[in-house]
Amino acid sequence: MGIEKFKELDPIYTQPYDPTLAEKLYNPEKPMENRITDIGPPYFWQFMPPVIQKNYGKWVSHEIIQPGVLKYKSETGDVVYVVRCGTPRLETTDYIREICEIADKYCGGYVRWTTRNNVEFHVTDEETLKALIEDLKNRKHPNGSYKFPIGGTGAGISNIVHTQGWIHCHTPAIDASGIVKAIMDELFEYFGSHKLPAKTKLALACCLNMCGAVHCSDLALVGIHRKPPLVEDERLEHVCEIPLVIASCPLGAIKPATAEIDGKKKKTVRINVDRCMFCGNCYTMCPALPISDGEGDGITIVVGGKVSNRISPPEFSRVVIPFIPNEPPRWPTTVKWLKKIIEVYSQYANKYERIGTWINRIGWERFFELTGIPFTEKCIDDYRLAYTTYRTSMHFKFTKHVDEVFNAPEIYKVEQFK
Amino acid sequence: MGEVKKHDTPKVDQLKTGPWPSFVDDIYSYAEKHKKQACFDIMGQMELSYINRETHWKHGGIVGVFGYGGGVIGRYSDQQEKFPAIWAFHTVRVHHTAGKWYHTAALRKLCDMWDNRGSGIVNFHGSTGDIILLGTVTDQLEPIFFDLTHQLHWDLGGSGSNLRSPACCMGKSRCEWALVDVQELDYELTMAFQDELHRPAFPYKFKFKFSACPLDCVASVARADMSFIGTWRDDIRIDQEAVRAYVRGELKPNAGAFSDRDWGPFDIKKEVIDLCPTKCMYWDENEQKLYINNSECNRCMHCIAVMPEALRPGQDTGIAILIGAKAPILEGAQLSTLIVPFMKVESPYDELKDFIYKAWDYWMENGKNRERIGELIQRIGLNKFITEVMGLTPIPQHVRVPRDNPYIFWKEEEVEGGWTRDVAEFRKRHPA
Ligand code: HEM
Ligand code: HEM
Ligand code: HEM
Ligand code: HEM
Ligand code: SF4
Ligand code: SF4
Ligand code: SF4
Ligand code: SF4
Repeated sequence: MGIEKFKELDPIYTQPYDPTLAEKLYNPEKPMENRITDIGPPYFWQFMPPVIQKNYGKWVSHEIIQPGVLKYKSETGDVVYVVRCGTPRLETTDYIREICEIADKYCGGYVRWTTRNNVEFHVTDEETLKALIEDLKNRKHPNGSYKFPIGGTGAGISNIVHTQGWIHCHTPAIDASGIVKAIMDELFEYFGSHKLPAKTKLALACCLNMCGAVHCSDLALVGIHRKPPLVEDERLEHVCEIPLVIASCPLGAIKPATAEIDGKKKKTVRINVDRCMFCGNCYTMCPALPISDGEGDGITIVVGGKVSNRISPPEFSRVVIPFIPNEPPRWPTTVKWLKKIIEVYSQYANKYERIGTWINRIGWERFFELTGIPFTEKCIDDYRLAYTTYRTSMHFKFTKHVDEVFNAPEIYKVEQFK
Repeated sequence: MGEVKKHDTPKVDQLKTGPWPSFVDDIYSYAEKHKKQACFDIMGQMELSYINRETHWKHGGIVGVFGYGGGVIGRYSDQQEKFPAIWAFHTVRVHHTAGKWYHTAALRKLCDMWDNRGSGIVNFHGSTGDIILLGTVTDQLEPIFFDLTHQLHWDLGGSGSNLRSPACCMGKSRCEWALVDVQELDYELTMAFQDELHRPAFPYKFKFKFSACPLDCVASVARADMSFIGTWRDDIRIDQEAVRAYVRGELKPNAGAFSDRDWGPFDIKKEVIDLCPTKCMYWDENEQKLYINNSECNRCMHCIAVMPEALRPGQDTGIAILIGAKAPILEGAQLSTLIVPFMKVESPYDELKDFIYKAWDYWMENGKNRERIGELIQRIGLNKFITEVMGLTPIPQHVRVPRDNPYIFWKEEEVEGGWTRDVAEFRKRHPA
């Protein structure tokens, strides 16, 4: 710990980057030589614009003057305007440099990101604000996509929080950035407008590890596998600790075993496939149990979660579509259903109702009826605490399901979700 | 710089069009400009994934910088012959600043470093909160760390079974609802726990997240083993004239969040009074005055969010601490559970640190391998955690409802006369 809590910009940042310095300082023979550790991130204060420093803790109110543009008023009489823009999260240093160029030109060199991968530019007068907005609108990638779409405020759709997918991770059942691009292209009008009944938050996690913030989002996608892991008998004992592999399975589906390969006995495992819930935990512990499969993997759609305490307590999302296959590059079936859910919600919910609070009012049976999403036995929980989701009262509605389906329960078919 | 080899990527190319920012256009523009083979190769490998719908990254690979147990994630392609420039494509987690504010001088320098030592591809930010630099080789890891610490005064974030990089909302820097200084708190705790952040000593990961009010913009209740959420315990401040301005339609409800749709004129009864979850508000039509029975308010923030010019949270502020959120795998998902309803927080945060160490000490001693603290609480019981582990007195706020069964684990010392009984004496009273 040696770095000061800089209240003004640390002078180190005004010195140019020296590409050769590290090689001079780092000595593989003596790894501790010149090593600086445990300094943490730079102190945030030095990175806040003067108007923010001056009014820190003094803000009294805010107004969204148009979608994506906020105005904050301070008790000192100061105001700050903020323009919020969506970003793809997966980007290059040139894109970051372009953000820097904009921030230098209009914002004195300061910029911030939101938790949901939006970037925010701050200015203090309306004229600069106008010029900034105009500038942002005109910046496009070579094939016409906006570099900095303005929006993400109020009763609309904010940017999707998501994970890595095929661009970087070894366990994903689905891609991330590509699906997000396909969805946001289709829902673009809702990002830059305030026409939904409330804020709507989307999230995506590409496997059940769920690195993103999905489980409590209004609408979320999670990648799932549907084939049990393969067992590489030949390799397993060399790359995995068998007791750890066995312990990793939440359902106790893995047993030790021996296999004979070329007359040699090899320690390995066997999977009780009837017990497997395809979570991939075992693969996390053991690379000789690959689980990904082009046909087996796909998307589950969950809806109705929230984390805010506003009006009602935080709530978990619920599975409404158990499986949609991967359809790169644009995942049309997934996008179609998301759009459908948003449109039905927009049509029927009251002002201030989040998707989940709307469904709590109308009932899940009505939700399935209105959206036309087929209800199957896959939506009935059979994991731990499943009982808490059963209906144990006479409070239900006579939707079409009672007439149509009750006497002929639907058997789960992938085609139903096409 | 030699020749670069480009790959045909017809599927991935379809993500260049459409209004949302295209990462494909961005990566290709960068690749062309800087002649980066790694960027062409990563797009090539993406195309392959788009064809056979499977990832092409190998399992794990432990790499890192000397003395740290986290901050770097090892990654190797399983198509090394086709895409040699990404045979290794490790990520580096760079600890984001509290509130995610930056100056361009620092960002540009970080970009220069990453152009020099990596693929040029980044995440702003990863879901952990950190800036993620995607794609470098093992030999560059130490130089990257030396560049970060010497030339940028910047450290790595956490990964693995240690404290993950804490994260907070924008707090007092811009939000009028911020009830505590979460940025300072985030920074101070991050600095106080550098050792826990870099050197794994825990049974599993541990996350702190700070939201400065109950709207919980960083989703701390769902994403953190220890969630810190700002709250207040005095009265909501009311500017009656501003309330009347909302009622008269002069101010836009919810700061203009509903501007693109005609929801009819603002109706304070329908939109505020009736939606108040505790029904503790009253609008007197004659007096044109709003009353709040503050002792019944549960501080859900709804009325304040609808009429931000008129209502403000109270001024006797502090944090609530909730513990134990975790993802569904293993024992099922959990949100954090309220443990401390109110605590004043002031630098140097000693009371808070004591609290944290108390929970960690017990978890480090009693937690099983890969058992999150939330699971440990379930295993031993919330009542035991509150009383015996944290030394707190249980209060009704700790539960949503009391238990519905009388299967109570009484202890011998709690029962009059203890458990040692004489069967002969019993039989004297009750012949068999
Ligand atoms: C209806 C309830 C909610 C209201 C009224 C609300 C309001 C706000 C406001 C006023 C801001 C500050 C934005 C700004 O002015 O820059 C904000 C930011 C944010 N909100 Fe919420 N919010 C709500 C629910 C949520 C929920 C449920 C989540 C998470 C799932 C969430 C996540 C965020 C995030 C990530 C930010 C950006 C914060 C940051 O940049 O650090 N909000 N919200
Ligand atoms: C055994 C379990 C887990 C393993 C092996 C694991 C592994 C990983 C790996 C390898 C990454 C890096 C992805 C990449 O950059 O290539 C990652 C990222 C991450 N993980 Fe996990 N993970 C596990 C469980 C979890 C859980 C349960 C959570 C949260 C509930 C979580 C939260 C995160 C987050 C937030 C990230 C950053 C993701 C991003 O920004 O894209 N992980 N994890
Ligand atoms: C299939 C649907 C679900 C998806 C896709 C999902 C996704 C996620 C993700 C991505 C995270 C990691 C957040 C982070 O640390 O950045 C997470 C965490 C969490 N999820 Fe879910 N979730 C799902 C269902 C549920 C359900 C049904 C519950 C509760 C009943 C739940 C409760 C939680 C909790 C408590 C966390 C805290 C995570 C932690 O930090 O360990 N989730 N979920
Ligand atoms: C405070 C604790 C409890 C009290 C005082 C209590 C009392 C009673 C009483 C008086 C009856 C009627 C018995 C009869 O008709 O002769 C009854 C029936 C029943 N109780 Fe409880 N009970 C308690 C806890 C529980 C619990 C924890 C459960 C299950 C989780 C339970 C399940 C039942 C059931 C299923 C019946 C109906 C039995 C039948 O008629 O077949 N009770 N209980
Ligand atoms: S959610 Fe799963 S697949 Fe996606 S980045 Fe996280 S660990 Fe990897
Ligand atoms: S995928 Fe999950 S449930 Fe199936 S064997 Fe592996 S750990 Fe067990
Ligand atoms: S959590 Fe509360 S204080 Fe923090 S940014 Fe969100 S609304 Fe503001
Ligand atoms: S904060 Fe919520 S509970 Fe309290 S008065 Fe306002 S609406 Fe009612």
